[in-house]
Amino acid sequence: MADAVQGSIGHLAEPTAPEAPVLEDIRKPWPARIRPGYLAILIVLLVFPFISTGYPLTVLTEVLIFGLFAMSLDVILGYAGMPSFGHAAFFGLGAYGTAVLAAKLGQSNLAVTLSVTLALTAVLALIIGALAIRTSGVYFLMITLAFAQMVYAAATKWTPLTGGSNGLPGVRRPTIFIPGIETTDPKAFYLFVVVVFALSFFVLHRLVNSPFGRSLVGIRENEVRMRAMGYGVQRYKLAAFVVGAMFGGVAGLLWATFNSFISPPDVYWTQSGTVLLMVLLGGSGTLVGPVLGAAFFQVLELVLSSKTEHWQIVLGAVFVIFIMFVRRGLMGIWAQFLSLRRGHA
Amino acid sequence: MFSFDFLFVQVLNGVGYGLLIFLLAAGLTLIFGMMDVINLAHGSFYMVGAYVGFSMVSRTHNFWLALVVAPIVVGAVGLVIETGLLRRLYRRVQLDQVILTFGLAYMATDIVKWIWGPDVRSIDPPAGMDGGTDVLGNFYPTYRLAVIGIGIVIALLLWFLQRRTRIGSIIRAGVADKEMVSGLGINVGLVFSGVFVFGAALAALSGVVAGPILGLYQGMDSDTLIIALIVVVVGGLGTLTGAFWGGLLIGIADTFGKVLIPEFSLFLTFAVMVVVLLVRPTGLFGRRLA
Repeated sequence: MADAVQGSIGHLAEPTAPEAPVLEDIRKPWPARIRPGYLAILIVLLVFPFISTGYPLTVLTEVLIFGLFAMSLDVILGYAGMPSFGHAAFFGLGAYGTAVLAAKLGQSNLAVTLSVTLALTAVLALIIGALAIRTSGVYFLMITLAFAQMVYAAATKWTPLTGGSNGLPGVRRPTIFIPGIETTDPKAFYLFVVVVFALSFFVLHRLVNSPFGRSLVGIRENEVRMRAMGYGVQRYKLAAFVVGAMFGGVAGLLWATFNSFISPPDVYWTQSGTVLLMVLLGGSGTLVGPVLGAAFFQVLELVLSSKTEHWQIVLGAVFVIFIMFVRRGLMGIWAQFLSLRRGHA
Repeated sequence: MFSFDFLFVQVLNGVGYGLLIFLLAAGLTLIFGMMDVINLAHGSFYMVGAYVGFSMVSRTHNFWLALVVAPIVVGAVGLVIETGLLRRLYRRVQLDQVILTFGLAYMATDIVKWIWGPDVRSIDPPAGMDGGTDVLGNFYPTYRLAVIGIGIVIALLLWFLQRRTRIGSIIRAGVADKEMVSGLGINVGLVFSGVFVFGAALAALSGVVAGPILGLYQGMDSDTLIIALIVVVVGGLGTLTGAFWGGLLIGIADTFGKVLIPEFSLFLTFAVMVVVLLVRPTGLFGRRLA
């Protein structure tokens, strides 16, 4: 980043300087250089089920769902700089909302479940957010954590609705009104997840690179200054919190329908910790990083749990080592690698 | 239903539980006040302390020995964590420290399951305290009275340490202004280690004390951590006074909640916290934000 800024200053001073492409990258909201890369990944994701099915497809579906979940937290944590330790609340609300609609009311029409999920998470995020943004730092962390535990308490105690600690089975896959598409088929469901993931990524990517998103980064870097410049800082923060929560809810919707089941552990505070870890492992404030972090986490968990009974110890140790020695996550390593290749190191 | 006896017994229960969670929250709040670290492994210290205590009691049948040994063992673990890992992260953003302790908590859960197995266990109360005592015409478990006694003794001890000793004044000064304290020639690094080890040992102690009442089970680390965090938030980060009154308030609220509205007792605890935070965003005894 520092290199890029220096490059751009050099460019302004001398219009013919060789650093010109670097400035190009900063100015364009969607760097032309990367766009083909995103498209290529999307095509690979879409073609994947026609090459490989079964277990790898299941893993990839999970990675995408948690990738979306981590990405949604990144808007709050990475861009707006609010350390939310209660993101599982929105994941859980989306999941339970969908589950209750499907299992208790027999409603699994996607248009209905999606609208209900978005509305519920938005309302909850407005309430939690309005209280939490009055504070910052550690207090923000603890308040969001406490609220998420309230949602967990509701999930375990409101037995008639949520099934209590037994959870809620029989969450049907969503019905989409396109003839011939049946999401009960793993391949079709996977493609459905890919579409939701890609659309969410597109929307969030546009959002964080919009003037709104840049203002969030400004608030993260220097809130006092942004306030002095006349920005309604609190409104920006609340908006970021609500948007992140809504996409977290969508991830929850996908998760409940993917497993056809939802139970309280998915809403527990460790889930909030895990998704936070995914964001930091991948590199916060990058949107792509958290998805990588989610993939890294899920694959590592699968590999370790197939090798040893005590995989949690190894997984925990990996986290500790990562936090100790890797700054700015996987994306940080990638950026270092790029700058080495460019000869800026 | 609301007879005097009923209220009296429930208040006793609440005070006992409140003092237990005060012991937990005290370590957590001191560590935060001193080092700005939210220690998510604090529940794990409690859990490991309880299990070490369980092993000691089942081998030696000496509860009091366990009450001494478990804090020493866990304190040693705390020393290794602080000097080996946490110390390197003080200069980083707070979230890195939070995640480090989260990773450690992750490991602790599995290590305890590995060593002691997944079964629910309980520590036998010390000899002579497994019966009941007559308190104002109510039959009340002797051990629960002892817990209240232990809690009060430790609270007084902590108060004395903090208010009347040199170490206490260094810690109070450190919470207020670390740079100033190190500028006065005090080895702040050593104080940090000391506070962390002390907090860990205190958590282990409360694990042993709580063993005969609350039992030992999988997930006890998380449950405990959440309760301790709530107490710390309600009382105000970094203050022992806050941890004490916060512990009693939450302890009594939780006890009455469990008796009167069992379905919603969890909510009651959180509701107390939300109300407190609405009125005072930095907790009952917390310093106001600048």
